[in-house]
Amino acid sequence: MSEPKEHAHHIVSPKVYVVILFALLVGTATTVWASYVDLGIFNPIIALAIACTKATLVVLFFMHVKYATKLTKLTIFCGGFLFITLIGMTLADYITRAWGQW
Amino acid sequence: MPDSPLIAHTDSPVANSAHHGDDAHPSYLRHHFESVEQQADTTNFAMWLFLLTEVMFFGGLFTAYLIYRNWYYPAFVAASHQLSIPLGGLNTLLLITSSFTMAMGVWCAETRRKSGLVLCLCLTFILGLGFLGIKTIEYSEKFEKHHVPSYHYSLNSFLNPDSDPAAKAAGDKPLPLDVARHTEVYFSLYFAMTGMHALHMIIGIAILGFMIFRARAGAYTSGHVTFVENFGLYWHFVDIVWIFLFPLLYLISRH
Repeated sequence: MSEPKEHAHHIVSPKVYVVILFALLVGTATTVWASYVDLGIFNPIIALAIACTKATLVVLFFMHVKYATKLTKLTIFCGGFLFITLIGMTLADYITRAWGQW
Repeated sequence: MPDSPLIAHTDSPVANSAHHGDDAHPSYLRHHFESVEQQADTTNFAMWLFLLTEVMFFGGLFTAYLIYRNWYYPAFVAASHQLSIPLGGLNTLLLITSSFTMAMGVWCAETRRKSGLVLCLCLTFILGLGFLGIKTIEYSEKFEKHHVPSYHYSLNSFLNPDSDPAAKAAGDKPLPLDVARHTEVYFSLYFAMTGMHALHMIIGIAILGFMIFRARAGAYTSGHVTFVENFGLYWHFVDIVWIFLFPLLYLISRH
């Protein structure tokens, strides 16, 4: 079955928006609470994991990407991949400059 | 050539039918597109390309922050204790709620609810202003404490933490002078990142004001919702930037 060239304009219902709003508020409360607990190296990791989850919810539902064309989805994925690659390689460079000399 | 690409009245609420020949189509369909759907997909795609350049732009700032945080870790921990979690948290709530009202605004435009759209845009406008108001309170406190990177920058909160309520509450130990000086790097990045975010908010609020004016005339509730939709994407993007700024600047060095 071939992908139709044009897709009908998908209207996301307010119920979905309310659920996402609630999830984002819960995520915010969780990240503030988690920041006061001493988890050592996992504090920033958990904070970023919650932030990434919240951002994904916003992108998929508030920004309608779940219902977007394959072209848009692929482009956003590529942009995200390039972003992670650039940050990852830059940080890898800085971390390995003085490898073993800490 | 009846339509110029920059034509200003493409989504005119009045003329919604063909205004030339028997080539009937909505007035907002531009001539280089085959259909309204194709036009909507194209503008949506272009908006995403713009947002991806914005991601890369903020990505540079975030990368600089991560590198300096690793280099000057004790200074960054002490400096981040100067930020107020209640104010930052409240701003997060305002911004997330404004994203929700904006999403509801897009729904109102799609379902042609004019008064609902105006209400949603006004709420988004007010919540955005509220965010900037709280940011102003936070900034002015930084000016009062001389925590703005400049010739007048003061290391007092970090050399004598007991003299500073925020540092004392966090249980900070006095930092050596060379370490304490690096707190200025933290505040440089703090102002660069939150300032650039606030600039995006100001631009967004200005566009919102324009949209409220247009929405009251019925501009976005006659079937052509592209402008509201793409502005919504921009507003949600600004929200996402804050979703990352809040934990990175305020939260991760608290325990």
